[in-house]
Amino acid sequence: MMRVYLDFISANLKSQMQYKLSFLLTVVGQFITAFTSWFGLYFVVQRVGAIDDFTQGQVTICFSVIMLSFSIGELFGGGFAVFARILGNGEFDRILIRPGSVLLQVLFPHMDFTRIGLLLQAVLVLGIAIPKSGITWTGAKAALLCLMILSGSVVFFALFLLSATFSFFTTQSLQFLDILTYGARSFGRYPFCVYGETVLKFLTFVIPLALVQYYPLLYLTERKTSPLYALSPAIALLFLAPCLAFFRFGISRYKSTGS
Amino acid sequence: MIECEGLSKTYRVARREAGFGNAVKALFSREYETIQALRDVSFSVRDGEIVGYIGPNGAGKSTTIKTMCGILTPDSGKCVINGRVPWRDRKKHVREIGVVFGQRSQLWWDIPVAESFRLLRDMYKVEPAVYRRNLEELTELLGLREILKTPVRNLSLGQRMRCEIAASLLHDPRILFLDEPTIGLDAVSKLNVRRFVKKRNKEHGTTVILTTHDMQDIEALTGRILLIGKGRLLLDGNLEELKKHISPKKTLHIKYQGKTPRLFEGIVLLEEKMDDTEAMEGQMKLSLDPGGLSVSAAIEALAEQTNLLDVSVTDITAEEMVAALYKEYEI
Repeated sequence: MMRVYLDFISANLKSQMQYKLSFLLTVVGQFITAFTSWFGLYFVVQRVGAIDDFTQGQVTICFSVIMLSFSIGELFGGGFAVFARILGNGEFDRILIRPGSVLLQVLFPHMDFTRIGLLLQAVLVLGIAIPKSGITWTGAKAALLCLMILSGSVVFFALFLLSATFSFFTTQSLQFLDILTYGARSFGRYPFCVYGETVLKFLTFVIPLALVQYYPLLYLTERKTSPLYALSPAIALLFLAPCLAFFRFGISRYKSTGS
Repeated sequence: MIECEGLSKTYRVARREAGFGNAVKALFSREYETIQALRDVSFSVRDGEIVGYIGPNGAGKSTTIKTMCGILTPDSGKCVINGRVPWRDRKKHVREIGVVFGQRSQLWWDIPVAESFRLLRDMYKVEPAVYRRNLEELTELLGLREILKTPVRNLSLGQRMRCEIAASLLHDPRILFLDEPTIGLDAVSKLNVRRFVKKRNKEHGTTVILTTHDMQDIEALTGRILLIGKGRLLLDGNLEELKKHISPKKTLHIKYQGKTPRLFEGIVLLEEKMDDTEAMEGQMKLSLDPGGLSVSAAIEALAEQTNLLDVSVTDITAEEMVAALYKEYEI
């Protein structure tokens, strides 16, 4: 079964690569555009020196963790961006009459490989931030950083899933839901505490992005030592469960389109 | 074995009047229209049956098929197919069914047919030996050998449909759903598809559920039809019986030479045409009710008056029957 999905990916990759120059330019474009947002951050923090006691290197860790998570989430969740079309053109009917996972059939043929540009940029910035952050790196802390990225990717993936699921219920444009994904990416450039108590609570208990960024950063910088802070990214993974349940509910409300 | 009982499904569709003003209004308040796609639909199909499902556009044919395929979840009612509820046990259920939607391709657009087949093989986990046998058989019967290496997007409609049918049968399904399988096909392709479906049903005992607007599909393939209109199942019966129910009348088509025959009680003139005035050759289309006047008596009476060159007797066609049924049930 897994082989089928790998076949999907390779077929998709092949068709995206069919126009090599266009593919390459999009990747490069993504890479460069991503830098503009990093420069924006760089100069702001340069001027003010530190944000809420976080040094420039530490803020950059936040930035790159969120960017990396976002780009991984979007790379895998590319199918969600075109989900309304999948529902509208009958592709979803085809997915449902095959004995495979609905989610994987949606995702694998639509992975957006041009996101590699964004991904590379985020890795590069992370590489710069790690030595500059003033964090005394240990094996455990490196593992925590990886966990932050992993959980962050899952949370962004879940957010893409969540906003796609709304397509089951309405045919209207749902661009306001982009605030969940693109909005969160912009917000996430700074440690989430800078937005105040209310926003931080929202990002802790409703959309757990602070659990993959702010709280573990406190642990990394040794402002907090409770293991709870180190485990918070793992707790954030739970966010996927209600999103998946909502997606299942959406399938049961699927209307299909006229033949 | 398919058993459906009391299936109902409604859709809510947003609607607005045309025009910019109304578009703005729709931003704030929307009017919804509830469409009852299925109302209390019940029927059952035995293993190995071929059932034709007919009804005008928008009657609920596709909704029923999609419910049986596990694509749609009905609001209420039961449907059990081979002991499973399609939408609840979707993955196991779809392994045992094959589906062809005439209007939509089930194959991957950009890749060659053979590769699509291989993807399906992996997806349905078809045993290599079984796959080879099925592929060989289907390639032979549907004449696919030349087109296996062609990408789907380059196929003609008829070629594509043959590939779709092959694709739906690679995993030996017990039930085959065909939603308008002959739509847009040329005469030869239509005949091929019909012949193949019939053969498959006979040799493999595959149950076939078929929707179509082409009554010749129904006539060629199935004895039993289900008529659906406005979401309700209106009739479930045998094609011949339905024809009789609608109209027992026979149509008599004669060609004659000589005197124009005089008509008599029990026979009604539908059309008349003179082919050759000099040679006195003409044609007549007559209608009679065999309850009042037997066909043989009518022909005898006509033959006494003139020289009959040709006589043909027909029932109403399936097309006429469907039109009459739609009229009778006001759908």
